Parts: sequence; C-alpha cells; structure tokens
Amino acid sequence: MTPRPSRRSVGEPVLVALAAVAITAVVGAGLLWLGGFDPIEAAGALYQGAVGSWTTFTSITLVRSVPLILTGLAVALAFQAGVWNIGAEGQLYAGAIAATWVGLTFGQLPALLLIPLVLVSSSLAGAAWALVPAVMRVQAGVGEVITTILMNFVGIHLAAWMVHGPMQEARGVFPQSDAISEAGRLFALLPGSRLHSGFAIALLLCVVAAWAIRHTTFGFHVRATGASPEAARVAGRIDTGRVILLTFLISGAVAGLAGGVEVSGVTFALYEKLSPGWGYTAIAVALLAGLHPGGVILTGLLFGALQAGAAAMQRDAGIPAAWVGVVEALTILAVLGLDRARRVRQRP
Amino acid sequence: MSYAEAVIFLEAAVRLGVPLALAALGEAIAERSGVINIGVEGSIIAGALGGALGALAFESAGLGVATGALSGLAVALVFVAFAIGLGVDQIITGTAITIGGLGITGAIYRAQFGVTGTELSLPTLSVVGIPGLDRIPLIGPALFDQAPTAYLAYVLAPLLWWYLYRTRSGLSLRAVGEEPDAARAAGIRVRRVRALATAFGGLLAGVAGAHLALAHTGTFAEGMSAGRGFIAIAVVVLGRWNPPLVLAAALFFGAASALQFFLQALGLDLPYQVFLMLPYILTLAALAGWVGRARAPAALALPWESDRTG
Repeated sequence: MTPRPSRRSVGEPVLVALAAVAITAVVGAGLLWLGGFDPIEAAGALYQGAVGSWTTFTSITLVRSVPLILTGLAVALAFQAGVWNIGAEGQLYAGAIAATWVGLTFGQLPALLLIPLVLVSSSLAGAAWALVPAVMRVQAGVGEVITTILMNFVGIHLAAWMVHGPMQEARGVFPQSDAISEAGRLFALLPGSRLHSGFAIALLLCVVAAWAIRHTTFGFHVRATGASPEAARVAGRIDTGRVILLTFLISGAVAGLAGGVEVSGVTFALYEKLSPGWGYTAIAVALLAGLHPGGVILTGLLFGALQAGAAAMQRDAGIPAAWVGVVEALTILAVLGLDRARRVRQRP
Repeated sequence: MSYAEAVIFLEAAVRLGVPLALAALGEAIAERSGVINIGVEGSIIAGALGGALGALAFESAGLGVATGALSGLAVALVFVAFAIGLGVDQIITGTAITIGGLGITGAIYRAQFGVTGTELSLPTLSVVGIPGLDRIPLIGPALFDQAPTAYLAYVLAPLLWWYLYRTRSGLSLRAVGEEPDAARAAGIRVRRVRALATAFGGLLAGVAGAHLALAHTGTFAEGMSAGRGFIAIAVVVLGRWNPPLVLAAALFFGAASALQFFLQALGLDLPYQVFLMLPYILTLAALAGWVGRARAPAALALPWESDRTG
C-alpha cells in the first residue's frame, strides 16, 4: 500500500529515484512546451539559478535546501511508522514562532546559551503542534491526515496574527517581528556566503536518524509498526500506540526545528509567509528518498536547487515559479508509479 | 444583534457554506465507495480557474460553472488514473494532486494574465430568489436568496441520500466501500464504481471552485481555494458520510467562518487572523468530539486488486 524503503539492496531505491527524476524532467518539459515556453531556455535558467556559480550554489541552493532536508526528514520518519503527518508546515510555523519569541525575549543571554535555547524551543513547539493530532489519533481514533492539515492552517494564521499583533516590530509598519538578538543567530558555515550552520545540523540529524532507524530497538519498532501495526502488536508485542505517539512527536520536533533554524539562520525575524510550502514539498522530498533519512539529504538538495532555479526561471525566462508545484506533483506521482511497477515485477 | 444583522450573518453562513457543501457531498460519495481523495483541493482550484476562464471566454457565468465542473473532473481523473487505475496510495496521490493543482493553476493564471497577476473582472452568478420561500422571515433571505449553485447543494443532499439508501446502484456503491471482495463476488465492478464515484466528486468540487470565483468574488486569485478541499473532507467526517448531515455540517462550518461578521456586529474587537483560525479550531474540536461515535467506510483508503479486471 505504501512506498517503503526496500531492504533488499541499496541500489534499487536509487534507480527508482533516478528514473522518477528523469520522468519528471521529460513530462515537465513537455508541459512547459505545451504552455508555450521553451524548455531548453527554462532548463538553462534553472541551471544558472541553482548551480550557476559557487555563490548561487552555497548562498541560495544550499540555504534553501536546509528547511527541505529537515521537513523531509520529519515526513520520512513519520511515514516510516505509518503516521501520515501532512502537518510539517504548521509544525514549522510553530517552531518559527517559538524561536522568534525566545530570540527576542532572552536576547541578553550569550550566544552559547541562546542558540541552543532557540533551537530547542522551536523543536518543543513543533512537537507540541504535533501532539494535538497525535493524541486525537491514538486516543480518539481520528485520522491524522485531516487533523494535521487543519493544524497547518491554524499555524499559518497564528503566525500571521503574531506579526500583525503581539509580536509585530516596534515600528509597527510591516507585518513582521523585530530581528532577534545577534546572540540568537546561527554561525556562518562558509565565510563569504550566506550558508549557516543549520545546514550542518540538518545533515547531522539525517545521519543520526538513519543510524537510529536501522540499529536501535525503537527504530525497529518504528519500521515494524509502519510495515504492519497488527503484526507489530500481536506478534512483536510492540506498544504501537506509544510508537506512533513518539514518532509523531519526533517528526513534529524536527519540522519545528526547521522553522527555528530558518529564523535563527536566515530571516532573523518572523514573517507572515515565512514558508513557501516547505512542509508540503517535504512529502516529495521524503518519497523520492524512499523514506530513507540519508537519502533525504540528496533529495532535499535537489528540491533546494529546483526552488533556487525556479526563481531564476521566473526572472530570466518569464516562466511562473508556480511550476515548481507541478514538478513536485510529477515527482511524487512518478515515484508512486515506479514503486508500483517494481512491486508488480517482484510478485511471485 | 438586530434582525438585519442576523440576516447578514445567516446569509454569509450559507454563502460560505455552499462551496464546502458541494465539495463535501461529492467527496462523501467517493468515500462511501472506499476512496479518500485529498486531491479535492486541487479540483476546487482547477474549478475556480476553469470557471473564471470559461466565464470570460463565453461571457457567461453559467457556462463558467460548466467549464469549472469539467476542470474539477479533469483533475480528479488524474487521481483516478493513479489511485484506482494503478492502485497506489490514495493519501499520497491526493496530496500530489493538490500540490500540482495549485501549481498548474498558478502557472496558467500568470502565463495568461502576467507575472504580477492582473485583477480579473468576471461575469458573476446572479442571486436568484425562490418566489415565496424567500419571504419567510430570517431563513428566507438567508437560504432562498442565493446563487443557483446553493440550490444545487440543497437539492443534491436529499437526492444523494435517496441514491445511497434507496437505489440498487447506491447499495452497490456502499458495498464497494465496505466489502470490496464481497461486492466483486456479487458481480459489482469495484474499480469502475470507485472511478465513477471519484469522478462525480471531482465534478462537484469543480462546481464548488467555480462558485468561489463566480459567486463569491467575481475574480480569480492564486490559491483562492484556501484549504476548502481539506475542510470539505473534515466536513464529510462531521456529517458521518450521510449527505443531509454533510450539508448541515458544511453550513455549520460556514457559520463558523461567518462568525467574524457576527462578532464584529457585537462590537468584539478581535484580530482578523483569529477569525481566520477559528473555523479550523472548531472543526478540530468537532472532530475530536464527534468521530468517536461515527464509523468510516471499512475499506476507505484501501486500494483494491483483483485477478480479473474489475
């Protein structure tokens, strides 16, 4: 029913991902051509905008990939346990709000204290945001797909309220918060570029998650619950309710951290439209990675490059940046179709 | 609250509830056949753009509703091809359809009307009063002085109930949603029933989108569906997959959205964004309180396969 990482070999998911990217590129180019655009020109602008120079690569593509890697990891972990967390977007906003509040309120703390405090509070806020749908699923049996989506809208509107009301900048002109204290800002990772240490945090988390899902008891419980909750409960004597709840909270925490890292590393303030839908793009990131936490690094980079390139495509080739949504949808559908074809082939 | 304010509130509740009711009625039929289509949001936004472009091209809001319905159907057919044709996961397919639907409508709109997006001025659906009924105090002007699409929702709710519970075809559809294997054994073509039910849902979601563009605002804006497809799915749960209850739940949600007019009339000075949050919070609360006693179709969201083509 669900795409799950193949445990037979590492090569197969990679092949699926490459084939999915190829299909997406061909179909996407065809659609552009139908829309009256020149696919070659589009590809050129995309390439230039994403990896055209060292500066664009580090300051734009890598920076944009950080929230995608983190939310992609959040979605991958949840999906592995069979938790349909479509709520990374709202959890990200909850994290961004908390991070901004802490960065503004405790601005006099030294960086060594304030940065961890900002990041931890954003994770806790993301987990708290996930707690509502998690408890509704485990206690009341309400499916999390709808509840996480509803929580997204609450989170987006809450952030909008904050920057128009309680957290609006002191000048009271723009719908944004004041900038957080210098001490709450993530260090630069590369001198002379906008790349911040949040990138390193994202990579580290992916590696840790990849190890934990493979080599810890809890990781095994997550995979078992995702493969078959019934079997996990009856044959494996796993407390699947607890596994689902914990995975939900961890997923929410990682998505919340994405919001905290974005505030602490890039924007330094809360904005109304902080996220262009990273929490939804995250689903494409996670699926293309075969739900593998390590693979999320690569697919997060790919979609970061796509988003960076799309901005250039709009600017230089006049192609609306909204095409990114079409490309994301094509990618997801291609992965689903290829996964299906693979399973048909493997059937005895 | 004065009588005039009450009329304004109820009228707004119905006007905001109608697109939800249309989308949710279609989704209820799809879900009764065992298909959860999260892509209904994509069908709504496609219906809004298709409706806007159709109304412009034919200079008729009525034909705009027709093109909107077809646009919603087209998007739903992509979902059908993957989720029912290939039998891949419905939730993920639906999410992709929504992302893609929002993307392609935004791209088409900008390609047509410039990257900045000019304000469209569309022919609008005129309000049609039902003679006699619109004279009833309070509910007359609220319920029976609306765009024609509202009457479609009123008529469909009992009609679909009758279809589900009083016709052989409706029984087959419910059987497919509960026990697809048994239904197949009884000679029902499971995937065909599901495809048709989902297509019907897409058609109605398209009408809902056209209603947004042509009855609400007289314009199109990127992402103007604003999550209504997801709320429609929550409305189906609140309405317990039963069309008349689904209509009532949609109107409840419309009332929650219209609370802003009501509370502003009371002189309560809450920020605008709080009013935007309120309907979602109320829906969450309603889901938490209600669902424990409701039961979803047993085969909901489960792909079905057979050795034979069905």
